[in-house]
Amino acid sequence: MGLLSDPVRRRALARLVLRLNAPLCVLSYVAGIAWFLALVFPPLTQRTYMSENAMGSTMVEEQFAGGDRARAFARDFAAHRKKSGVLPVAWLERTMRSVGLEVYTQSFSRKLPFPDETHERYMVSGTNVYGILRAPRAASTESLVLTVPCGSDSTNSQAVGLLLALAAHFRGQIYWAKDIVFLVTEHDLLGTEAWLEAYHDVNVTGMQSSPLQGRAGAIQAAVALELSSDVVTSLDVAVEGLNGQLPNLDLLNLFQTFCQKGGLLCTLQGKLQPQDWTSLDGPLQGLQTLLLMVLRQASGRPHGSHGLFLRYRVEALTLRGINSFRQYKYDLVAVGKALEGMFRKLNHLLERLHQSFFLYLLPGLSRFVSIGLYMPAVGFLLLVLGLKALELWMQLHEAGMGLEEPRGAPGPSVPLPPSQGVGLASLVAPLLISQAMGLALYVLPVLGQHVATQHFPVAEAEAVVLTLLAIYAAGLALPHNTHRVISTQAPDRGWMALKLVALIYLALQLGCIALTNFSLGFLLATTMVPAAVLAKPHGPRTVYAALLVLTSPAATLLGSLFLWRELQEAPLSLAEGWQLFLAALAQGVLEHHTYGALLFPLLSLGLYPCWLLFWNVLFWK
Amino acid sequence: MAAAMPLALLVLLLLGPGGWCLAEPPRDSLREELVITPLPSGDVAATFQFRTRWDSELQRKGDTDHYFLRYAVLPREVVCTENLTPWKKLLPCSSKAGLSVLLKADRLFHTSYHSQAVHIRPVCRNARCTSISWELRQTLSVVFDAFITGQGKKDWSLFRMFSRTLTEPCPLASESRVYVDITTYNQDNETLEVHPPPTTTYQDVILGARKTYAIYDLLDTAMINNSRNLNIQLKWKRPPENEAPPVPFLHAQRYVSGYGLQKGELSTLLYNTHPYRAFPVLLLDTVPWYLRLYVHTLTITSKGKENKPSYIHYQPAQDRLQPHLLEMLIQLPANSVTKVSIQFERALLKWTEYTPDPNHGFYVSPSVLSALVPSMVAAKPVDWEESPLFNSLFPVSDGSNYFVRLYTEPLLVNLPTPDFSMPYNVICLTCTVVAVCYGSFYNLLTRTFHIEEPRTGGLAKRLANLIRRARGVPPL
Repeated sequence: MGLLSDPVRRRALARLVLRLNAPLCVLSYVAGIAWFLALVFPPLTQRTYMSENAMGSTMVEEQFAGGDRARAFARDFAAHRKKSGVLPVAWLERTMRSVGLEVYTQSFSRKLPFPDETHERYMVSGTNVYGILRAPRAASTESLVLTVPCGSDSTNSQAVGLLLALAAHFRGQIYWAKDIVFLVTEHDLLGTEAWLEAYHDVNVTGMQSSPLQGRAGAIQAAVALELSSDVVTSLDVAVEGLNGQLPNLDLLNLFQTFCQKGGLLCTLQGKLQPQDWTSLDGPLQGLQTLLLMVLRQASGRPHGSHGLFLRYRVEALTLRGINSFRQYKYDLVAVGKALEGMFRKLNHLLERLHQSFFLYLLPGLSRFVSIGLYMPAVGFLLLVLGLKALELWMQLHEAGMGLEEPRGAPGPSVPLPPSQGVGLASLVAPLLISQAMGLALYVLPVLGQHVATQHFPVAEAEAVVLTLLAIYAAGLALPHNTHRVISTQAPDRGWMALKLVALIYLALQLGCIALTNFSLGFLLATTMVPAAVLAKPHGPRTVYAALLVLTSPAATLLGSLFLWRELQEAPLSLAEGWQLFLAALAQGVLEHHTYGALLFPLLSLGLYPCWLLFWNVLFWK
Repeated sequence: MAAAMPLALLVLLLLGPGGWCLAEPPRDSLREELVITPLPSGDVAATFQFRTRWDSELQRKGDTDHYFLRYAVLPREVVCTENLTPWKKLLPCSSKAGLSVLLKADRLFHTSYHSQAVHIRPVCRNARCTSISWELRQTLSVVFDAFITGQGKKDWSLFRMFSRTLTEPCPLASESRVYVDITTYNQDNETLEVHPPPTTTYQDVILGARKTYAIYDLLDTAMINNSRNLNIQLKWKRPPENEAPPVPFLHAQRYVSGYGLQKGELSTLLYNTHPYRAFPVLLLDTVPWYLRLYVHTLTITSKGKENKPSYIHYQPAQDRLQPHLLEMLIQLPANSVTKVSIQFERALLKWTEYTPDPNHGFYVSPSVLSALVPSMVAAKPVDWEESPLFNSLFPVSDGSNYFVRLYTEPLLVNLPTPDFSMPYNVICLTCTVVAVCYGSFYNLLTRTFHIEEPRTGGLAKRLANLIRRARGVPPL
C-alpha cells in the first residue's frame, strides 16, 4: 500500500505504466488469445463426470423393443401429413389416446414482424398436440418432457413415430415417479415457444394462443428429438440455447453415458470425439469443436427447440439423428433405448439438476472446460482496455499538470489543480448522438418496413435488412457532424476524454456479456479490443479506419459466418457468404421478436454506439 | 389416470361431512364393504370401507368450539407399504379373513391411483346424545389401470386385481358385502356382465347419477359354499372404446405461472361444465409464508369478466409462524372457466431454514373446493320427457345437487436457493477478500495526495494564526 500512498513512488509507478503500456497491452492480448487456445489441452480441459448422485450409481435396464411400431407410426404420420399438408392433429390425438395418454391440444397464432424468408412464413397459425402420461399414485407435481418439433415440410416423422412408440412402452410401466409430457409442436420452434408460454402462463413475445387444459407440474428436464430417417449413423447433441444458455452438464453426461452403454456413435457439433488427448491431434480436433461451440453459443440462437426451455429453468437438450454414409447404422430401437434410459434416470431425480456445471465449454463430448478455467482468457483481453484507459487517465492528469514538466525533477512539487477543459459536457453530444444512432438501428428497420416497401421495389424482409445496413453505414458519417457541436479548447484532451469514456464503456459491456455468455464476450473482445485501443486521430488514420471497420460488430458477424463454415469443412464463396450474412441479419432481428433473443438489442443498443465512439475518436479534428 | 378424478369425487363424498348419527348404532360391530366400479375407460376402481364402533368413557364436552378449530395439511406424502401395514393392523381380522384378505401390498401398489384414509369421530348413541360411541372408519381406494395391471385387457376379476379370492367372512363382522357397479352406460342393453350372477341388486343416486349395484353378501353361506371361494368376474359385452372419459361438472386445476426466482403467480382454474346451472364454490387456500402474496393482485375472472366473490376471508401470514389463509365464496357461471390468480414474491429464507433438498422445491398445499354440485340426474333432459308431468311442476329438490369436496394438485415452487456447496463457500470467501482489497485500493487510487509541511507549532501558534487571520495579517 505504501507504493500507492507515497507520492514519489506513486509517480514512479505511473511512469512505469505509461512507458510500458504498449508492451503490456500486447502481452496481455497475446496472453488472452493463448490462454483460450490452451483450453483444449489436458490440464485445462477435464474429463466429464456425473455429479448427480440420483443418476450416477443407479442402474437401469432398457427394455424398449418397439422399433416396428415406431416405423409404423412414422409411416402413418407421414401419410396423414402429406394428405392434409398440415400437422394431422386428429390422427395424433387418436393415436396418443389409443396408447393411453391424456391428450390435449393447443392452438396458437403469431404474426411475425416481417416475413421470414428462410422458413417462408409470416402469418403463422398452428396446433400443438401433447399427451400426458400420469405417473401412477403421484400428485402431478413434477414432469419430464419429450418433444418433437415438426417443421413445415414432412421431416421429423420418424421422431414422431419413435415418440409414440416410446409413449406406448412407457405407459405400460409402473415405475414412473414424474409425469411425462409427449409434445408434438407445429412450426418447430414457434410452436414450442407458444406451448412453453402457455404452460407457464406468461406472454413474452406477443404470441396468441389458447390456454392449456392439462398441466403436469414443474418440468424438471426436457429432451427434444429430431430424426428424419429410419436408420441413423450417429446422434448429434445440441446444447446451446437461447442467449447462449446451456443446460446443466449432468444432462449431457447422462446422454453420453447411454451413448457409451448402447454403443452409439455420438457427435458434438457434428464432430467425432477425438480419442487421443495426449498427442497434438486430439487437442487440435478439440479446438475445432470448441470454436464451433463458441460461434454457436455466441450467436445466441436456440439451436433446436430445447433452447427455449432453458429460459424457464428446464434443463434440456436436442438429439439429432444423422444419416450419413458411414457403414454402421443404428435403427430406431437403439435410439429408443438411449432415450428410455435417459428418461428412467431423469425419473430418479430427487432435485432439479443442479450439481454439475451450468457454464462450461466443450472441446469434446467427454471433455469440458469449467468457467474458472476459461474466464482468464477474456480477463486478459479486458485488461488491455483497462491498461489503455489507465494510461489515458494519467495522460489527462499530466496534461493538466503540464506535460513538459521536467520528468526527473526531484522533490515533491505542488500539483496544479486539473484544468477545467475536460468537462464531461463536451462528451455529452457524441455519446447522445451515437446512442440515438443505436436506438434508430434498433427501432427503425422493423418500424419503417412499410414505408420502405412503398418507396423502393423491395420485399418487407429485404427492406428490413437493407434499412439495417443503411442506418449502420450512416452511423459512420456522423463524426463530421458532431465536430461542430463540440467546442473545445484543447483538441487533444477532447478525444482523449472521449476515448477514455469509450474504453471504460466497452470494457464494462464486454465484461457483463462475458459473464452471461462467455463466447459472445470473448469473440467481441478478440475483435474489438485491438482496434479500440489503437484508435486515435493521429498517425496512419486510413489503416486505423480500415481496422476499425473490419472489427465492427457487423464485420465480426460476417467473419464469424465464414469461420463457421470453414470449421464445418464447407467453405463459403464470397457471394454465398454475403447472402448468408443478409439472412443472418434478418434472422437475428426475427429471433429477437419471436423468441426474445438478446443479441440484436445488445449489438444495436450497446456495442454499436460504443463502436461509433471510437470512430468518432478516429476522426476527431 | 384420468379415471382417478371421478373416483376421487366418490371417495370424498363418502368421507364428506358427517353429521351426528341419531339412530342407535350396534356396539362393537364391524361392517366391511368393497365397491367395485368399472370405469368407461376400461380401468376398474375398488373402494374398501371398514367401520368399527366401540363404546368409550371419554365424554364430549358440549359443541365443538369453532374458535379452536385448526386446519393443517402436509402437501407431500408418498404412500407406500409403510402406510399400509399399520393401517391393516387396525382391522379386527387384520388381513386373515373377510374382505381384508384382498389387501396385498404388491397388488395395491401396482395401481395408478391409491388413496388411504383413517377417520375417527364420536357418534351419539341415542337421540338425545347422552352417551357416545367412537367410530373408526378406514377407507382405501385404488384404481387398477388397464394399461399397466391389466396388460391391455379390460376384463377383470378379483383374482386378476388382487391375486386373491374371497373365501370366508370375518367372524367379527356384522356385515360384509361386495358391491359391483353394473349401471348401464348406454340406453340399449347392458354392456357389462358379472359372474357369478348376483342374487340381489341395489339402486341409488350416487354423486348425482343413478347407479345400480350387484350385491354379494359374504355372510350369505350359500355364496361361499357353492364354489368354496368367490371370484367375481367382470366382462364387457362390448369393449369400451378409447374415448375421452366423461367430464365431471366441477373440476379444478392449479399451477404456478411465470418464470425466474423473484416473482410468480398462483392460478387456480375452476371449471363448471354444467350446461345451464351456476353454483357457488367455497375456495380455501393456505399458502406458506415464504410465498409473500400480493393481495391487491387477486383477480377472479370468468368468461372474460371480473367475478366478485360474495365472501372473502383473508388472514395474512406471519413469517415463520403462520401461513396465509384465503377463503372465498365464488359463484361459477354455467359452462365457464373461472380463473383465480394471485401474485407472489419468493422470499429468501435463512440458510438454516432450507430443507436438506432445497433444489427440489417447496410444496404448496392444494386448494380445497367445497361445493354443492348439481346432480347428473337433474341435468338429464330425458328424465323430464319420460317422467310424469307433475315432476316438473314440483321439482324434487332432494336429489338436485350433492356435496363435493375437491382437492387440487399440490404445487412445487422453487425458491431462490444458494448453492450449498464448496464453490459457494469459495465464492463467498473470494468476494470478501476482493471487497476488502478493492475498498482500500480504490481509496488509494482515487485520492490525490498533497505534501503537507510538518506541523511545527503547537496550540499557541494556531491560536496566533487565528487572531492574525481575523486581523487580516498573513499567518505565521
